[in-house]
Amino acid sequence: MSYPVEENEKFAAYARPERLVSTEWLAAALGSGAVADGKLVVVESDEDVLLYETGHIPGSVKIDWHTDLNDEVTRDYVDGKAFAALAAAKGISRDSTVVIYGDKSNWWAAYALWVFTLFGHEDVRLLDGGRDKWIAEGRDLTTETSAPASGDYPVVERNDSPIRAFKEDVLAHFGKPLIDVRSPEEYTGQRTHMPAYPEEGALRGGHIPTAASIPWARAAAADGTYRSRDELEALYLGEAGLTAGDDVVAYCRIGERSSHTWFALKYLLGFDTVRNYDGSWTEWGNAVRVPIVKGAERGSVPA
Amino acid sequence: MTTHSLPASLAEIVDDFQALTEPERLQLLLEFSRELPELPDRLKDHPELLEQVVECQSPLFLTIETEKHDAGSAGAIRLYFKAPPEAPTTRGFAGVLHEGLDGLSAAEILAVPDDMPELLGLTRAITPLRMRGMTAMLGRIKRKVAASSRLHS
Repeated sequence: MSYPVEENEKFAAYARPERLVSTEWLAAALGSGAVADGKLVVVESDEDVLLYETGHIPGSVKIDWHTDLNDEVTRDYVDGKAFAALAAAKGISRDSTVVIYGDKSNWWAAYALWVFTLFGHEDVRLLDGGRDKWIAEGRDLTTETSAPASGDYPVVERNDSPIRAFKEDVLAHFGKPLIDVRSPEEYTGQRTHMPAYPEEGALRGGHIPTAASIPWARAAAADGTYRSRDELEALYLGEAGLTAGDDVVAYCRIGERSSHTWFALKYLLGFDTVRNYDGSWTEWGNAVRVPIVKGAERGSVPA
Repeated sequence: MTTHSLPASLAEIVDDFQALTEPERLQLLLEFSRELPELPDRLKDHPELLEQVVECQSPLFLTIETEKHDAGSAGAIRLYFKAPPEAPTTRGFAGVLHEGLDGLSAAEILAVPDDMPELLGLTRAITPLRMRGMTAMLGRIKRKVAASSRLHS
Protein backbone atom coordinates (compact mmCIF):
# COMPACT_ATOMS: atom_id res chain seq x y z
CA MET A 1 0.00 0.00 0.00
CA SER A 2 1.37 3.36 -1.00
CA TYR A 3 2.48 5.81 1.60
CA PRO A 4 0.81 9.25 1.33
CA VAL A 5 2.34 11.64 -1.19
CA GLU A 6 4.02 14.85 -0.11
CA GLU A 7 2.31 18.08 -1.03
CA ASN A 8 4.21 21.34 -1.24
CA GLU A 9 4.34 24.29 -3.59
CA LYS A 10 7.62 23.41 -5.29
CA PHE A 11 6.63 19.81 -6.02
CA ALA A 12 3.09 20.77 -7.07
CA ALA A 13 4.50 22.58 -10.10
CA TYR A 14 6.11 19.36 -11.37
CA ALA A 15 4.30 16.95 -13.69
CA ARG A 16 4.58 14.05 -11.22
CA PRO A 17 4.99 15.51 -7.72
CA GLU A 18 4.55 12.06 -6.16
CA ARG A 19 8.03 11.08 -7.36
CA LEU A 20 9.85 13.38 -4.90
CA VAL A 21 9.94 13.72 -1.14
CA SER A 22 11.70 16.39 0.89
CA THR A 23 14.05 15.84 3.81
CA GLU A 24 11.41 17.31 6.17
CA TRP A 25 8.83 14.86 4.88
CA LEU A 26 11.16 11.90 5.29
CA ALA A 27 12.19 12.94 8.79
CA ALA A 28 8.51 13.17 9.76
CA ALA A 29 7.75 9.79 8.16
CA LEU A 30 10.65 8.19 10.06
CA GLY A 31 9.44 9.83 13.25
CA SER A 32 6.00 8.33 12.76
CA GLY A 33 7.48 4.83 12.53
CA ALA A 34 6.80 4.31 8.81
CA VAL A 35 10.04 2.41 8.27
CA ALA A 36 9.75 0.40 11.44
CA ASP A 37 6.32 -0.91 10.43
CA GLY A 38 7.44 -1.69 6.87
CA LYS A 39 5.27 0.83 5.00
CA LEU A 40 8.26 2.73 3.74
CA VAL A 41 11.67 1.43 2.68
CA VAL A 42 14.52 3.93 2.50
CA VAL A 43 17.39 2.97 0.19
CA GLU A 44 20.81 4.60 0.00
CA SER A 45 22.67 4.32 -3.30
CA ASP A 46 26.06 6.00 -3.60
CA GLU A 47 29.00 6.14 -5.89
CA ASP A 48 31.35 5.14 -3.07
CA VAL A 49 30.67 1.55 -1.99
CA LEU A 50 31.61 2.26 1.66
CA LEU A 51 29.87 5.58 2.20
CA TYR A 52 26.70 4.01 3.61
CA GLU A 53 28.82 2.28 6.28
CA THR A 54 30.23 5.60 7.50
CA GLY A 55 26.71 6.67 8.51
CA HIS A 56 23.26 6.48 6.91
CA ILE A 57 19.65 7.48 7.53
CA PRO A 58 18.36 5.34 10.41
CA GLY A 59 16.63 2.23 9.10
CA SER A 60 17.83 2.69 5.51
CA VAL A 61 19.26 -0.17 3.47
CA LYS A 62 22.08 -0.01 0.94
CA ILE A 63 21.92 -0.92 -2.73
CA ASP A 64 25.16 -0.64 -4.69
CA TRP A 65 24.81 0.24 -8.37
CA HIS A 66 27.77 -1.92 -9.34
CA THR A 67 27.52 -5.02 -7.21
CA ASP A 68 23.74 -5.24 -6.74
CA LEU A 69 22.21 -3.89 -9.95
CA ASN A 70 24.65 -4.94 -12.65
CA ASP A 71 24.98 -8.50 -13.82
CA GLU A 72 28.53 -9.70 -13.27
CA VAL A 73 28.85 -11.47 -16.58
CA THR A 74 26.66 -9.88 -19.25
CA ARG A 75 26.91 -6.14 -19.69
CA ASP A 76 23.36 -5.73 -18.50
CA TYR A 77 21.24 -5.25 -15.42
CA VAL A 78 20.29 -8.13 -13.17
CA ASP A 79 17.36 -10.28 -14.28
CA GLY A 80 13.95 -10.60 -12.66
CA LYS A 81 15.01 -13.40 -10.37
CA ALA A 82 18.07 -11.58 -9.04
CA PHE A 83 16.10 -8.37 -8.61
CA ALA A 84 13.36 -10.15 -6.67
CA ALA A 85 15.98 -11.70 -4.39
CA LEU A 86 17.71 -8.32 -3.88
CA ALA A 87 14.45 -6.50 -3.16
CA ALA A 88 13.23 -9.14 -0.71
CA ALA A 89 16.56 -9.13 1.12
CA LYS A 90 16.28 -5.35 1.53
CA GLY A 91 12.79 -5.62 2.98
CA ILE A 92 11.09 -4.38 -0.19
CA SER A 93 7.79 -5.87 -1.33
CA ARG A 94 6.16 -5.22 -4.68
CA ASP A 95 3.73 -2.72 -3.12
CA SER A 96 6.31 -0.98 -0.88
CA THR A 97 6.87 2.73 -1.12
CA VAL A 98 10.59 3.07 -1.75
CA VAL A 99 12.47 6.33 -1.17
CA ILE A 100 15.98 6.41 -2.64
CA TYR A 101 18.70 8.89 -1.72
CA GLY A 102 22.43 9.13 -2.34
CA ASP A 103 25.56 11.21 -2.69
CA LYS A 104 26.43 13.75 -5.40
CA SER A 105 22.96 15.30 -5.86
CA ASN A 106 21.35 11.85 -6.10
CA TRP A 107 23.17 10.94 -9.23
CA TRP A 108 23.46 7.22 -8.29
CA ALA A 109 20.12 7.29 -6.49
CA ALA A 110 18.45 8.36 -9.75
CA TYR A 111 20.23 5.52 -11.49
CA ALA A 112 18.91 3.01 -8.94
CA LEU A 113 15.43 4.50 -9.31
CA TRP A 114 15.66 4.06 -13.07
CA VAL A 115 16.60 0.38 -12.62
CA PHE A 116 13.64 -0.09 -10.22
CA THR A 117 11.49 1.40 -12.97
CA LEU A 118 12.82 -1.12 -15.51
CA PHE A 119 11.19 -3.71 -13.27
CA GLY A 120 8.00 -1.68 -13.09
CA HIS A 121 8.22 -0.98 -9.37
CA GLU A 122 5.32 1.37 -9.00
CA ASP A 123 5.96 3.58 -6.02
CA VAL A 124 9.60 4.64 -6.02
CA ARG A 125 10.59 8.20 -5.09
CA LEU A 126 13.73 10.30 -4.75
CA LEU A 127 14.71 12.24 -1.64
CA ASP A 128 15.13 15.76 -3.05
CA GLY A 129 18.67 16.93 -2.21
CA GLY A 130 19.83 13.45 -1.23
CA ARG A 131 22.42 12.52 1.33
CA ASP A 132 24.27 15.84 1.36
CA LYS A 133 21.17 17.88 2.16
CA TRP A 134 20.15 15.46 4.93
CA ILE A 135 23.60 15.81 6.49
CA ALA A 136 23.81 19.59 5.93
CA GLU A 137 20.58 19.94 7.90
CA GLY A 138 22.11 18.04 10.80
CA ARG A 139 19.58 15.21 10.64
CA ASP A 140 20.08 11.81 12.26
CA LEU A 141 22.61 9.33 10.92
CA THR A 142 23.52 5.93 12.25
CA THR A 143 26.16 3.30 11.59
CA GLU A 144 23.87 0.57 12.87
CA THR A 145 23.22 -2.08 10.25
CA SER A 146 19.58 -2.30 9.30
CA ALA A 147 18.09 -5.79 9.44
CA PRO A 148 14.70 -5.47 7.74
CA ALA A 149 12.20 -8.30 7.73
CA SER A 150 12.31 -10.03 4.36
CA GLY A 151 10.08 -8.49 1.69
CA ASP A 152 7.73 -10.37 -0.59
CA TYR A 153 8.80 -9.70 -4.16
CA PRO A 154 7.64 -11.61 -7.24
CA VAL A 155 9.91 -12.43 -10.18
CA VAL A 156 9.05 -9.70 -12.69
CA GLU A 157 10.78 -9.62 -16.05
CA ARG A 158 12.34 -6.29 -16.91
CA ASN A 159 10.51 -4.18 -19.42
CA ASP A 160 13.32 -2.18 -20.98
CA SER A 161 11.78 -0.62 -24.05
CA PRO A 162 9.75 2.27 -22.55
CA ILE A 163 12.68 3.89 -20.74
CA ARG A 164 15.86 2.28 -22.06
CA ALA A 165 17.47 2.86 -25.44
CA PHE A 166 20.04 0.59 -27.06
CA LYS A 167 22.53 1.65 -29.73
CA GLU A 168 20.21 0.51 -32.55
CA ASP A 169 17.38 2.55 -31.02
CA VAL A 170 19.59 5.64 -31.03
CA LEU A 171 20.55 5.09 -34.68
CA ALA A 172 16.83 4.87 -35.50
CA HIS A 173 16.13 7.95 -33.37
CA PHE A 174 18.03 10.47 -35.54
CA GLY A 175 15.83 13.43 -36.34
CA LYS A 176 14.39 13.42 -32.82
CA PRO A 177 16.05 15.14 -29.87
CA LEU A 178 19.01 13.77 -27.94
CA ILE A 179 20.44 15.26 -24.74
CA ASP A 180 24.11 14.77 -23.91
CA VAL A 181 24.53 15.30 -20.16
CA ARG A 182 28.33 14.98 -19.95
CA SER A 183 30.75 17.81 -19.26
CA PRO A 184 31.46 20.31 -22.07
CA GLU A 185 34.97 18.81 -22.43
CA GLU A 186 33.53 15.38 -23.08
CA TYR A 187 30.90 16.78 -25.48
CA THR A 188 33.42 18.55 -27.66
CA GLY A 189 35.75 15.57 -27.65
CA GLN A 190 38.55 17.27 -25.77
CA ARG A 191 38.40 14.33 -23.35
CA THR A 192 36.57 11.01 -23.17
CA HIS A 193 35.97 10.84 -19.43
CA MET A 194 34.86 13.14 -16.65
CA PRO A 195 37.40 15.61 -15.33
CA ALA A 196 39.27 13.89 -12.50
CA TYR A 197 37.76 10.47 -13.30
CA PRO A 198 39.45 7.41 -14.73
CA GLU A 199 39.90 7.01 -18.44
CA GLU A 200 37.41 4.35 -19.46
CA GLY A 201 38.80 3.70 -22.83
CA ALA A 202 36.58 5.36 -25.41
CA LEU A 203 38.49 5.40 -28.68
CA ARG A 204 37.00 8.65 -29.95
CA GLY A 205 35.94 11.85 -28.25
CA GLY A 206 32.89 13.85 -29.28
CA HIS A 207 29.10 13.46 -29.18
CA ILE A 208 26.20 11.78 -30.96
CA PRO A 209 25.19 13.93 -33.94
CA THR A 210 22.46 16.51 -33.16
CA ALA A 211 22.65 16.00 -29.37
CA ALA A 212 22.16 19.12 -27.26
CA SER A 213 24.69 19.62 -24.46
CA ILE A 214 23.05 20.10 -21.06
CA PRO A 215 25.43 18.85 -18.33
CA TRP A 216 23.35 16.89 -15.80
CA ALA A 217 24.31 18.98 -12.76
CA ARG A 218 22.63 22.04 -14.24
CA ALA A 219 19.31 20.44 -13.28
CA ALA A 220 20.40 20.56 -9.62
CA ALA A 221 20.59 23.56 -7.31
CA ALA A 222 23.55 24.21 -5.00
CA ASP A 223 21.92 22.16 -2.20
CA GLY A 224 21.50 19.14 -4.49
CA THR A 225 17.73 19.52 -4.92
CA TYR A 226 16.17 19.64 -8.36
CA ARG A 227 15.70 23.10 -9.80
CA SER A 228 12.18 24.50 -9.97
CA ARG A 229 9.87 23.71 -12.87
CA ASP A 230 10.46 27.16 -14.39
CA GLU A 231 14.22 26.75 -14.22
CA LEU A 232 14.07 23.27 -15.73
CA GLU A 233 11.86 24.53 -18.54
CA ALA A 234 14.34 27.30 -19.30
CA LEU A 235 17.06 24.66 -19.50
CA TYR A 236 15.38 21.91 -21.53
CA LEU A 237 12.65 23.72 -23.48
CA GLY A 238 14.64 26.92 -23.89
CA GLU A 239 18.28 26.02 -24.22
CA ALA A 240 18.02 22.44 -25.47
CA GLY A 241 15.03 23.29 -27.68
CA LEU A 242 12.72 20.45 -26.65
CA THR A 243 8.98 20.87 -27.21
CA ALA A 244 6.15 19.22 -25.31
CA GLY A 245 5.45 15.71 -26.57
CA ASP A 246 8.98 15.13 -27.88
CA ASP A 247 10.43 11.64 -27.85
CA VAL A 248 13.81 12.16 -26.10
CA VAL A 249 16.93 10.07 -25.53
CA ALA A 250 19.48 11.09 -22.87
CA TYR A 251 22.97 9.66 -22.52
CA CYS A 252 26.26 10.20 -20.72
CA ARG A 253 29.24 7.89 -20.28
CA ILE A 254 27.67 4.76 -18.76
CA GLY A 255 24.10 5.89 -18.15
CA GLU A 256 24.35 7.07 -14.54
CA ARG A 257 24.46 10.85 -14.92
CA SER A 258 21.77 10.65 -17.61
CA SER A 259 19.42 8.87 -15.16
CA HIS A 260 19.35 12.13 -13.20
CA THR A 261 18.32 14.01 -16.37
CA TRP A 262 15.91 11.22 -17.36
CA PHE A 263 14.13 11.74 -14.01
CA ALA A 264 13.87 15.50 -14.57
CA LEU A 265 12.47 15.12 -18.08
CA LYS A 266 10.11 12.25 -17.29
CA TYR A 267 8.70 13.16 -13.90
CA LEU A 268 9.38 16.83 -13.35
CA LEU A 269 8.64 18.14 -16.86
CA GLY A 270 6.27 15.33 -17.85
CA PHE A 271 7.72 14.08 -21.15
CA ASP A 272 5.98 10.74 -21.78
CA THR A 273 8.69 9.14 -23.86
CA VAL A 274 12.16 9.60 -22.43
CA ARG A 275 14.72 6.87 -22.72
CA ASN A 276 18.11 6.55 -21.09
CA TYR A 277 20.81 5.19 -23.40
CA ASP A 278 22.91 3.35 -20.81
CA GLY A 279 25.45 2.10 -23.36
CA SER A 280 26.24 5.79 -23.67
CA TRP A 281 29.63 7.06 -24.71
CA THR A 282 31.60 4.00 -23.60
CA GLU A 283 29.65 2.08 -26.26
CA TRP A 284 29.02 4.77 -28.89
CA GLY A 285 32.56 6.15 -28.76
CA ASN A 286 33.95 2.69 -29.50
CA ALA A 287 31.34 1.29 -31.89
CA VAL A 288 32.35 0.56 -35.47
CA ARG A 289 30.78 2.75 -38.16
CA VAL A 290 28.61 4.95 -36.03
CA PRO A 291 28.82 8.67 -36.70
CA ILE A 292 30.06 11.20 -34.17
CA VAL A 293 30.51 14.95 -34.15
CA LYS A 294 33.53 16.71 -32.70
CA GLY A 295 33.50 20.25 -31.36
CA ALA A 296 30.86 22.44 -29.78
CA GLU A 297 28.32 22.37 -32.66
CA ARG A 298 25.48 19.86 -32.43
CA GLY A 299 25.96 18.72 -36.03
CA SER A 300 23.32 17.45 -38.42
CA VAL A 301 21.38 14.22 -38.91
CA PRO A 302 23.72 11.73 -40.64
CA ALA A 303 22.78 10.98 -44.25
CA MET B 1 51.72 -13.48 -7.33
CA THR B 2 52.40 -14.19 -3.66
CA THR B 3 53.15 -11.99 -0.71
CA HIS B 4 56.84 -13.05 -0.77
CA SER B 5 57.87 -10.06 -2.81
CA LEU B 6 56.17 -7.61 -0.48
CA PRO B 7 57.74 -5.69 2.41
CA ALA B 8 56.75 -7.28 5.74
CA SER B 9 54.41 -4.45 6.72
CA LEU B 10 52.44 -4.71 3.48
CA ALA B 11 52.49 -8.53 3.45
CA GLU B 12 50.90 -8.50 6.88
CA ILE B 13 48.05 -6.29 5.67
CA VAL B 14 47.51 -8.52 2.63
CA ASP B 15 47.41 -11.59 4.89
CA ASP B 16 44.85 -9.88 7.12
CA PHE B 17 42.59 -9.15 4.15
CA GLN B 18 42.97 -12.63 2.71
CA ALA B 19 42.02 -14.27 5.99
CA LEU B 20 38.62 -12.56 5.96
CA THR B 21 35.33 -13.08 4.17
CA GLU B 22 34.34 -10.53 1.55
CA PRO B 23 32.02 -8.43 3.79
CA GLU B 24 34.68 -8.44 6.50
CA ARG B 25 37.25 -7.20 3.99
CA LEU B 26 35.06 -4.20 3.28
CA GLN B 27 34.84 -3.54 7.02
CA LEU B 28 38.62 -3.72 7.29
CA LEU B 29 38.98 -1.26 4.41
CA LEU B 30 36.62 1.05 6.25
CA GLU B 31 38.86 0.81 9.33
CA PHE B 32 41.86 1.77 7.22
CA SER B 33 39.90 4.77 5.92
CA ARG B 34 39.37 5.92 9.52
CA GLU B 35 43.02 5.44 10.42
CA LEU B 36 44.48 7.48 7.59
CA PRO B 37 46.52 10.16 9.39
CA GLU B 38 45.77 13.84 8.93
CA LEU B 39 48.26 15.88 6.96
CA PRO B 40 50.91 17.66 9.03
CA ASP B 41 50.28 21.40 9.29
CA ARG B 42 53.13 22.33 6.97
CA LEU B 43 51.37 20.42 4.14
CA LYS B 44 47.82 21.35 5.16
CA ASP B 45 48.55 24.96 4.43
CA HIS B 46 50.28 24.18 1.13
CA PRO B 47 47.96 22.17 -1.11
CA GLU B 48 50.20 22.97 -4.07
CA LEU B 49 52.81 20.59 -2.64
CA LEU B 50 50.46 17.64 -3.19
CA GLU B 51 49.62 15.99 -6.49
CA GLN B 52 46.18 14.77 -7.46
CA VAL B 53 45.76 11.16 -8.59
CA VAL B 54 43.10 11.71 -11.24
CA GLU B 55 42.33 8.01 -11.73
CA CYS B 56 40.67 7.85 -8.31
CA GLN B 57 36.89 8.26 -8.32
CA SER B 58 37.11 10.92 -5.62
CA PRO B 59 39.71 13.61 -5.14
CA LEU B 60 42.90 12.17 -3.72
CA PHE B 61 46.10 14.10 -3.24
CA LEU B 62 49.45 12.71 -2.18
CA THR B 63 53.09 13.54 -1.78
CA ILE B 64 56.27 11.90 -0.50
CA GLU B 65 59.24 13.14 1.46
CA THR B 66 62.64 11.52 1.95
CA GLU B 67 64.01 11.65 5.48
CA LYS B 68 67.65 12.61 5.69
CA HIS B 69 69.88 9.97 7.26
CA ASP B 70 73.53 9.68 8.20
CA ALA B 71 75.82 9.23 5.24
CA GLY B 72 75.62 5.77 3.76
CA SER B 73 72.19 4.63 4.93
CA ALA B 74 69.12 4.85 2.74
CA GLY B 75 66.64 7.56 3.79
CA ALA B 76 63.16 6.51 4.79
CA ILE B 77 60.33 7.59 2.50
CA ARG B 78 57.39 9.28 4.22
CA LEU B 79 53.98 9.27 2.56
CA TYR B 80 51.23 11.88 2.93
CA PHE B 81 47.68 11.58 1.64
CA LYS B 82 44.61 13.79 1.57
CA ALA B 83 41.12 12.50 0.71
CA PRO B 84 37.70 13.74 1.86
CA PRO B 85 35.69 11.81 4.46
CA GLU B 86 32.88 11.32 1.93
CA ALA B 87 35.25 9.12 -0.09
CA PRO B 88 35.83 6.22 2.34
CA THR B 89 36.91 3.72 -0.34
CA THR B 90 39.60 6.05 -1.63
CA ARG B 91 40.67 6.86 1.94
CA GLY B 92 40.80 3.15 2.71
CA PHE B 93 43.17 2.47 -0.18
CA ALA B 94 45.34 5.37 0.96
CA GLY B 95 45.28 4.00 4.52
CA VAL B 96 46.50 0.58 3.35
CA LEU B 97 49.35 2.12 1.36
CA HIS B 98 50.25 4.42 4.23
CA GLU B 99 50.44 1.66 6.81
CA GLY B 100 52.16 -0.71 4.39
CA LEU B 101 54.75 1.60 2.86
CA ASP B 102 55.37 4.61 5.10
CA GLY B 103 58.94 4.68 6.43
CA LEU B 104 60.34 2.11 4.00
CA SER B 105 63.34 2.71 1.74
CA ALA B 106 62.99 3.74 -1.89
CA ALA B 107 64.24 0.32 -3.01
CA GLU B 108 61.60 -1.50 -0.92
CA ILE B 109 58.77 0.63 -2.28
CA LEU B 110 59.96 0.30 -5.88
CA ALA B 111 60.00 -3.49 -5.51
CA VAL B 112 56.26 -3.67 -4.70
CA PRO B 113 54.49 -5.29 -7.69
CA ASP B 114 52.23 -2.86 -9.57
CA ASP B 115 49.26 -5.22 -9.28
CA MET B 116 49.61 -5.59 -5.49
CA PRO B 117 46.08 -4.11 -4.89
CA GLU B 118 44.58 -7.25 -6.44
CA LEU B 119 46.03 -9.29 -3.56
CA LEU B 120 43.58 -7.66 -1.15
CA GLY B 121 40.74 -9.75 -2.57
CA LEU B 122 38.46 -6.75 -2.95
CA THR B 123 38.08 -6.68 -6.72
CA ARG B 124 34.74 -8.51 -6.79
CA ALA B 125 33.23 -6.62 -3.88
CA ILE B 126 34.47 -3.24 -5.01
CA THR B 127 34.57 -3.79 -8.80
CA PRO B 128 37.58 -3.48 -11.12
CA LEU B 129 36.72 0.13 -11.96
CA ARG B 130 37.10 1.20 -8.35
CA MET B 131 40.23 -0.91 -7.83
CA ARG B 132 41.87 1.02 -10.65
CA GLY B 133 42.09 4.04 -8.36
CA MET B 134 44.26 2.15 -5.89
CA THR B 135 46.53 0.78 -8.61
CA ALA B 136 46.95 4.34 -9.90
CA MET B 137 47.78 5.55 -6.38
CA LEU B 138 50.52 2.94 -6.00
CA GLY B 139 51.84 3.79 -9.48
CA ARG B 140 52.02 7.47 -8.61
CA ILE B 141 53.88 6.76 -5.36
CA LYS B 142 56.41 4.59 -7.17
CA ARG B 143 56.96 7.20 -9.89
CA LYS B 144 57.53 9.90 -7.30
CA VAL B 145 59.88 7.68 -5.29
CA ALA B 146 61.86 6.79 -8.44
CA ALA B 147 62.16 10.46 -9.42
CA SER B 148 63.19 11.50 -5.94
CA SER B 149 65.82 8.77 -5.52
CA ARG B 150 67.38 9.78 -8.85
CA LEU B 151 67.54 13.28 -7.43
CA HIS B 152 69.22 12.19 -4.23
CA SER B 153 71.74 9.69 -5.61
